[in-house]
Amino acid sequence: MTAPLVMPEVITGLSILLLFVAMGDTFGLFQERGVMTIWIAHVTFCVAFVTVVISSRLGELDKSLEEAAMDLGANRVKVFFLITLPIIAPALASGWLLAFTLSLDDLVISSFVSGPSSTTLPMKVFSSVRMGVSPKINALATLLIAIVSVAAFIGWWLMAREEKQRQRDMQLALQQGG
Amino acid sequence: MIARLRRYLPDGKWAVIAPPYFWMLLFFAVPFAIALKISFANIQIAMPPYTSLTEWVGDTLTVKVNVANYLFLLRDSLYFNAYLSSLKIAVIATFFCLLVGYPIAYAISRLPTASRNTALMLVVLPSWTSFLIRIYAWIGILKNNGLLNNFLIWLGVIDEPLQILHTPIAVYIGIVYAYLPFMILPLYTNLVKHDNRLLEAAYDLGCRPWQAFLKVTLPLSKAGIIAGSMLVMIPVVGEFVIPELMGGADTLMIGRVLWQEFFNNRDWPVASAVAIVMLILLIVPIMIFHHYQSKELEGRLT
Repeated sequence: MTAPLVMPEVITGLSILLLFVAMGDTFGLFQERGVMTIWIAHVTFCVAFVTVVISSRLGELDKSLEEAAMDLGANRVKVFFLITLPIIAPALASGWLLAFTLSLDDLVISSFVSGPSSTTLPMKVFSSVRMGVSPKINALATLLIAIVSVAAFIGWWLMAREEKQRQRDMQLALQQGG
Repeated sequence: MIARLRRYLPDGKWAVIAPPYFWMLLFFAVPFAIALKISFANIQIAMPPYTSLTEWVGDTLTVKVNVANYLFLLRDSLYFNAYLSSLKIAVIATFFCLLVGYPIAYAISRLPTASRNTALMLVVLPSWTSFLIRIYAWIGILKNNGLLNNFLIWLGVIDEPLQILHTPIAVYIGIVYAYLPFMILPLYTNLVKHDNRLLEAAYDLGCRPWQAFLKVTLPLSKAGIIAGSMLVMIPVVGEFVIPELMGGADTLMIGRVLWQEFFNNRDWPVASAVAIVMLILLIVPIMIFHHYQSKELEGRLT
């Protein structure tokens, strides 16, 4: 499951395109390469990254919580939805964010699997950067950096607020306990 | 009877694990088999632009295996040189990533717990903006009338602008910059777990700080170093964007050669052969990575 993590993109892109072409030849699938083939290819190379993020969180999971829920009569499905899923929710969110960024940013794999009718933003940026300096790209860069800075600042602020709240709660609990 | 049968039937766990494995088998493993097959085909002007390996004529099945693509890779020194220079660039860039990344990871792991997350966020924050935009920014810094050259001329260090962009140096700068987070994160995950008492014990026994580092910290972080190095080195071997945009016309890297074979020459069989040979070269590093990552990467990659 971890090989896609390090596999050079040119290899992944070329071979998955050859799969699509072969499937088109034999089964008549994916005759039109476009959004669908880009989706499949992006899911394939993002899965490994998301797996790493979520499995590391699952590894830290306190098993006794699940066992407690089972002792209290919950079945496995219920335990998963009521206990496991809420605990790993932050990892799911960061896994999703990672996959989102990787997919949004990908040039090489998209170039291989996209048809003539579909272009992604990185493909546009790449072709205009290859041509040389262009004010459009500078404008795009400014926009992107502004958006990411604002989002990062909000994220950082929320995290800091939560941490403070947690510490306050802990102190409160300690005082009440003592 | 049913109970005995159930032992051999897949249980619920399999129903959960099977779909993703099937997906990866179909879209990640099978494509390599197809690439291997096509690397033995001939180029033809048609769609798809390669010949079929098998042919039914009457009742006979003929299988034609064409090794000409591989012989072509062997005979044309361009390909050999491209593999060699890709490996060289990957090894040197990984070394510099380690040189820059280790102190950063070490410093972050020694920070107070509260500031660690902020520091880590600063490491990954640039990756949230577009990779191409960051490479574009580096072009703006390194070009002849770019920021760096103008600054150096203003300082009076140089009179003529230095030619950095479109040289191998620019490629090294780009790769080290772009892959640094992949080195720092596994190293950090390893270093942050170290027990400080080991260092204190080393000091008590008369070690100087650098001796303690060499004898305690460095050996303990071996797995992190290997995981980080592989995470950088393996993708860099096939890197296309950085040499294409920052390197010169003569910066030979195999990812670039494959791209040209596929998109410019439309020679799919040769492109497949290039990919298969690259894959064979990378199998051992990938296996080493797989071995260490299960231990090391379990931390954070976000």
